[in-house]
Amino acid sequence: LIIPFIGMRIEPYVLGLPFLLFWIALWMVLSSVM
Amino acid sequence: MNIALIIIFFFAAVALFLGIWATRGKKMNVDEFAVGNKGFGTLFVFLLIAGEVYTTFTFLGGSGWVYSRGAAAFYVPAYICLAYVLSYWMLPKIWRFAKNNNIISQPTYFAARYKSPVLGVVVALLGTIALIPYIVIQLKGLGIIVAESSNGAISPIMASAIGALIITIYVTISGIHGSAWTAILKDIMILFVIVFLGIYIPYHYFGGIQPMFEAVQAVSPEKLVFASEGFSVVWFISTIILNALGFYLLPQSFSVVLSAQGERVLKKNAITLPLYTLLLLFAFFLGFAAIIQVPGLADGDLSLLRLVNQTFDPWFVGIVGAAGLLTALVPASVMLMSASIGLMTGIYRLVKPQATDRQQLMVSKVLVFVIIIIAFVFTISGGEALALLNIMSYSLITQLVPALLLSFISTKYMNKYGAITGIIIGVSFVLYNAVTGAKLATFFPNIPSYLNDINIGMVALFANFVIAVLVSLFTHKKIVTPEKPVLVAE
Repeated sequence: LIIPFIGMRIEPYVLGLPFLLFWIALWMVLSSVM
Repeated sequence: MNIALIIIFFFAAVALFLGIWATRGKKMNVDEFAVGNKGFGTLFVFLLIAGEVYTTFTFLGGSGWVYSRGAAAFYVPAYICLAYVLSYWMLPKIWRFAKNNNIISQPTYFAARYKSPVLGVVVALLGTIALIPYIVIQLKGLGIIVAESSNGAISPIMASAIGALIITIYVTISGIHGSAWTAILKDIMILFVIVFLGIYIPYHYFGGIQPMFEAVQAVSPEKLVFASEGFSVVWFISTIILNALGFYLLPQSFSVVLSAQGERVLKKNAITLPLYTLLLLFAFFLGFAAIIQVPGLADGDLSLLRLVNQTFDPWFVGIVGAAGLLTALVPASVMLMSASIGLMTGIYRLVKPQATDRQQLMVSKVLVFVIIIIAFVFTISGGEALALLNIMSYSLITQLVPALLLSFISTKYMNKYGAITGIIIGVSFVLYNAVTGAKLATFFPNIPSYLNDINIGMVALFANFVIAVLVSLFTHKKIVTPEKPVLVAE
């Protein structure tokens, strides 16, 4: 469970999202992958 | 009366019906009223915990923060997600102890863990002080949503009054069951409205989501990343950790945990809820779209509703307003119920330990009226006291973290004296900070500027923890009969 805590700039855009927002969304998904 | 207002009133009436209907076939006692007799399965627990996330914040604050402060708003889904991760480990321990000791509220949990009724009183008072601003935010948000959606056909105060009346009726009749059933309607509505708006608006105005962000990048790129000072990366990290620790200590979240059927229900919810929280991104999209489409708003919280008003016909604005109304009713009702049960179990039972179940239920219902009246007075009068409380609500409730975390292990590092002293020190620090606006540099003038952005609640929590451990160690040998260790089956 420590992994999401460890994981959680504008370009490159990923899936249409600025990189920072993509990074946060990615770790929300990876947290579930509990 | 316009079409939007008719639609909003229709959904308000459906919510009231569901809230009252929820009590059918149940003999209402304190246990049923507060935690649904600990019988809620995965779906109801999911809806009630998700309900704490999709409040009026989703409608007004999420898009509003993005509109006025940009990427700083990203802290919300981040801390909620980490709270769920932490909950996978923490909640089963709380639930197990509560089940074995017939506990139905947060104050009784702490009182039983540390065998200290005084600690229960401290927790009950702290929980109520932290909850009232949250109820006020829901009522104020409800007023703004209904007034804006109906194009001013009804005043915000009148809308807040009607909302307060609806939740008071169904909370006193159905307790947590009323909240659970109205949560079903709410989540269906918000799922449809937020996803539809979050996809339609960017495509309608910009031709897609990435083109929308590129348009924002062209006019104000600073809105897409954390600032170098103020709402910086250091602020983000300290705030999401602090809020993740405090999330389940808010009395309404704690109550939902106690209503679960079993540990696996809580774990399944922890797994699925981060994915559900991704919906907040759609609210953020609306805030970013509003930066370009409705620039110059003095109050960013109105950005979503102004954008919807200028894009859609009144009947659809009514649907959006109705979803907004429900996002206020459900969380506010759980908060109201939690606050009344917290005060009843933490204080009334202490004063009158031989009270019958019927008397306890009656006192809980009277407290519902008292709390909603206090919240409504704050809603219409506002004022500095509320603004201060609002700022420090989370920091206040987070002061229970050391006592909670060390309650999972029987240890000499935390006893009732340490827990109470630590909470008092932490709360005093938070109050001082709220009144004076002190930051870390106030106490340590020579610290690097980036460290000055650390959330001051973290500093209060650290002071609380150190003092609590020191006092516990000092008083450990003075306790003639050591506390009986609590056996926790892993």
